[in-house]
Amino acid sequence: MKPFPSIAVASGKGGTGKTTIAVNLAWALSKSGRRVQYMDCDVEEPNGAIFLKPSFQSKEPVLVEVPQVNLDKCIGCGKCGQLCQYGAIVSLGKQVLTFEALCHSCGGCIQICPTEAITAKQLEVGVVEQGMAGAVDCVQGLLQIGSVRTPTVIRQTRKRSRADAIRILDAPPGTSCPVIAAARDVDFMLLATEPTPFGLHDLKLAVGMVRQLGLPFGVAINRSDIGDDRVVQYCREENIDILLQIPDDRKIAESYSRGEMMIEALPHYEPMFLQLYESIQSRGSGR
Amino acid sequence: MKICITSQGQTLDATVDPRFGRAAYFLLVDPESMSFEVLANQALSLGGGVGIQAAKQVIDAGAEAVLTGNCGPNAFQTLQAGGVTVYSGVSGSVRQAAEAFKAGRLTADVQASSDAHSGMDRRQ
Repeated sequence: MKPFPSIAVASGKGGTGKTTIAVNLAWALSKSGRRVQYMDCDVEEPNGAIFLKPSFQSKEPVLVEVPQVNLDKCIGCGKCGQLCQYGAIVSLGKQVLTFEALCHSCGGCIQICPTEAITAKQLEVGVVEQGMAGAVDCVQGLLQIGSVRTPTVIRQTRKRSRADAIRILDAPPGTSCPVIAAARDVDFMLLATEPTPFGLHDLKLAVGMVRQLGLPFGVAINRSDIGDDRVVQYCREENIDILLQIPDDRKIAESYSRGEMMIEALPHYEPMFLQLYESIQSRGSGR
Repeated sequence: MKICITSQGQTLDATVDPRFGRAAYFLLVDPESMSFEVLANQALSLGGGVGIQAAKQVIDAGAEAVLTGNCGPNAFQTLQAGGVTVYSGVSGSVRQAAEAFKAGRLTADVQASSDAHSGMDRRQ
């Protein structure tokens, strides 16, 4: 595998420990002397910073372009509204309504307007922040409340990727556009799950997704000694490697509830994350 | 005068479609003569912004009022801008709706009657 791979921690089900695994993996690697970048791509609820506690130095808005209409120039031809497949602009004679929340920023209405009555206006849909937590370069995207441009903010976050560091991506949960935007081109995907019927159900969906993306992947089982063994059985049947098992340790839950890094509060778990990275390194170039 | 009634079918005896943006048909009815014209909702095949496109179609068709079950905020705003009065909460047959309108038994809406996307996946 590359000397500086990008590793996404994803999951079908929310609340399986993606952030816990991502931040502790990033922190353990950094402590071992490696250059690490932690990218929080869970832009609807980025919370890796609660554990890593970076001091953000930069904050850049994520802007998209939406139409703005100069009615003095509009001749009411209606071409803009006929073109738009999302109903984001509609011409009613001498009146033109725009619906910014529906706009996909294709720019078509601006192009088709014969009188140049439509120009682009910038709309803020989120921010990308960056700063250091110890030696870890932390990047975090944050979607503005009310906006639906999740993939846009994620792509803007990913643009901060450094070629000279191991990138640990905290991906959004699920199997749809946000996680695809975050992780479609990573070198390895680690799927976090828990040994419950819910965890198994959503793991199967996530495996379907990652297989369609054609990425090398493995599974991390959080609270591995609760529930039943069906996740383990499933992984065995499907020939999927289980690369990490975090026990159901009350002390882990306590450190989590205080917003502490697991490997700081409980250092004996640190080798587990370094071992995880070695496992990923040895498997990533395969499949 | 022409009024637009959202309809599940193409006759006056068809049931009023409870959704505006995702209504199957728009019946343009003259409440005096009960003559009517059928418009298929051209926005139905679109993925989003359906209420807005449907409103545009109704405005272009020259309707002065819309009678429907529910109308979302984007459609409502567009209809208002086009000078179309909205009457929601209408049910029964298209004919009954037209008669209620003619008799002055309906009250015009001052705001959208439902949230955006309320008509999705609710075919009755």
